[in-house]
Amino acid sequence: MSNVIQPAPKNVRPRPRLAVFKFASCDGCQLSLLDCEDELLAIAGAVDIAYFLEATSRIEPGPYDVALVEGSITTPHDAARIQDVRRQSKYLITIGACATAGGIQSLKNWADHEEFMRCVYAHPEFISTLATSTPIANHVAVDFELRGCPIDRHQLVEVIAALVHGRQPRTPRHSVCLDCKRRGTVCVEVAQGIPCLGPITHTGCGAICPSYDRGCYGCFGPAAQPNCDSLTDHYSATGSSREQLVPLLRNFNAAAPEFQAASDRLEQPS
Amino acid sequence: MTGATEIAPDAACFLPRVGLQELISQLTGDGFSVIGPKIDQGAIVYDEINSVDELPRGWTDRQEPGQYRLERRDDDAYFGYVVGPHSWKRYLFPPLATVATADRTDDGWTLSTPAEPTPRYAFLGVRACEIAAMKIQDRVFTGGAYVDPIYQRRREAAFIVAVNCTMAAPTCFCTSMNTGPKCESGFDLALTELADGFVIEAGSDSGRELLARLPVTSVTDEQLGRADDARQQAVDQIQRSLDTDGIRDLLLGNLEHPQWEDVAKRCLSCTNCTMVCPTCFCSTVTEVSDLTGDHVERQRQWDSCFNIDFSYMNGGIVRDDVRSRFRQWLTHKLASWHDQFDSSGCVGCGRCITWCPPGIDLTEEVAAIRKNPGATGSVAVGTGTAPEGSA
Repeated sequence: MSNVIQPAPKNVRPRPRLAVFKFASCDGCQLSLLDCEDELLAIAGAVDIAYFLEATSRIEPGPYDVALVEGSITTPHDAARIQDVRRQSKYLITIGACATAGGIQSLKNWADHEEFMRCVYAHPEFISTLATSTPIANHVAVDFELRGCPIDRHQLVEVIAALVHGRQPRTPRHSVCLDCKRRGTVCVEVAQGIPCLGPITHTGCGAICPSYDRGCYGCFGPAAQPNCDSLTDHYSATGSSREQLVPLLRNFNAAAPEFQAASDRLEQPS
Repeated sequence: MTGATEIAPDAACFLPRVGLQELISQLTGDGFSVIGPKIDQGAIVYDEINSVDELPRGWTDRQEPGQYRLERRDDDAYFGYVVGPHSWKRYLFPPLATVATADRTDDGWTLSTPAEPTPRYAFLGVRACEIAAMKIQDRVFTGGAYVDPIYQRRREAAFIVAVNCTMAAPTCFCTSMNTGPKCESGFDLALTELADGFVIEAGSDSGRELLARLPVTSVTDEQLGRADDARQQAVDQIQRSLDTDGIRDLLLGNLEHPQWEDVAKRCLSCTNCTMVCPTCFCSTVTEVSDLTGDHVERQRQWDSCFNIDFSYMNGGIVRDDVRSRFRQWLTHKLASWHDQFDSSGCVGCGRCITWCPPGIDLTEEVAAIRKNPGATGSVAVGTGTAPEGSA
């Protein structure tokens, strides 16, 4: 079957000016953009990359149509800098677990950061840092959040394509379980007793870990309306210890509100 | 083949154990891709097989709510297990399908429907409850005015080798749903496994034609007796039951029952029950464009009523909590399915019980409502507030 319907004009929208900013992070999510090898030339043709220090030292001043922000806020300097990024950017999109949930560095939220500095640095007096690692959305309005540690490059391409064409990005928010089932992966929790965060974790990775006989460790953060209490109660009742479950939840998305509440609940005296 | 002319099963024959490979080889020789049971990822799944050596000989499954384990049997049975995490629906109703494409040209958009060569599957080891599930999906996908061409082509091309259950899992309740454990119709060939071979019968012309090419002998009364005993063993092992008496009105008359709140505390809304269910048929259709926007694919993927965005309509989410999503699933499956498709949507295979991580058991949820009906302001049937049918 093949038929032609009404002619449509070619896309005449101007190329969006794109900036990529880094805060406290490992750079892995920015690298995901450079890892879009098959699509990289198409991306470079579709957007005007105006600021991306990981890729080029050529810097064009703002304002920008789109800012991709990687990393969390851990210093007073960054807390001020994100305000400037927001002012210069029409759309602000966070990329990755650090920017969206505080990242692995948010483990310091449960500890004494000054003690950490004394242990690590010979001269902690030269270090200016905040007591917490917090997501970008705690500081400025965020237009869209892309999950993952690191982000999935196919989702990144989808977001960029959506921006270029002026439509909403399609990044579903269901559990990882649905992806396991679609690809035919057998449930590692039910068949092997491996504690898996899949039932409460946001889709996006394509359910990689269970396909290698590992439990999901939640790198895309909480799914929408996750029932963390039921899952942790079930794992506790079937032999998982608090010492296993708390670190499982306190990982790259430790400070995501739902995971944080679930791990704190596990630590309450029973 | 199946689904066309139903023929009363012929007189049975006996297929010696060594003849099973010949059955697989004949099907392969006829151009079928043989899909059968295979051990993978700690479970018995349905996958492509070419040899009896790939079958789970000597293995069984131990199932209970929220748990599945493989175990060794004390014999060499090929089909000495029940049902696993997969169902045949993934071959008839594929998890991902491109249903249309659009390409922008200088003259406008060119729309086309991808011409998929129809896979010809031979399903080996189909249980009675699974045949019942196929008949239900036949009504869903091909029974109304709008026929699903992908399902229809695959279903019409499929060859069904059924296997009668000789054991049951604690999660099985096919006897409550009148779907098993004996395969009565809907197959091309049906096997009952004995220690030394199989009692085999044809249920269609193509089954009879293939049977004539197999190294079968006439069956003895003693062999038929042992096959009856083996099938009876499955019946005797079924412990679970679902009281279906008046179940439609019971559930639709208890939409505000406190049990829905209770189950919502346990339910993860993770979609596992609907994904393993052999009758659940919901999907989502999205349009996926490349970076240029000049090539767009309309993709259909398995979806679930447990997803929040599944009930997104014109600016809002209809079922925005776990309670309403679980209630939608159970009332559709066991109640409004009768209105929509003239049958229950449940075949009693027990997959949703086994593969639910916290082990929610629909038979217990229904029993809890039946035990105390009318609790907390139930909504009367026929007030126009019956739950939504599915997509």
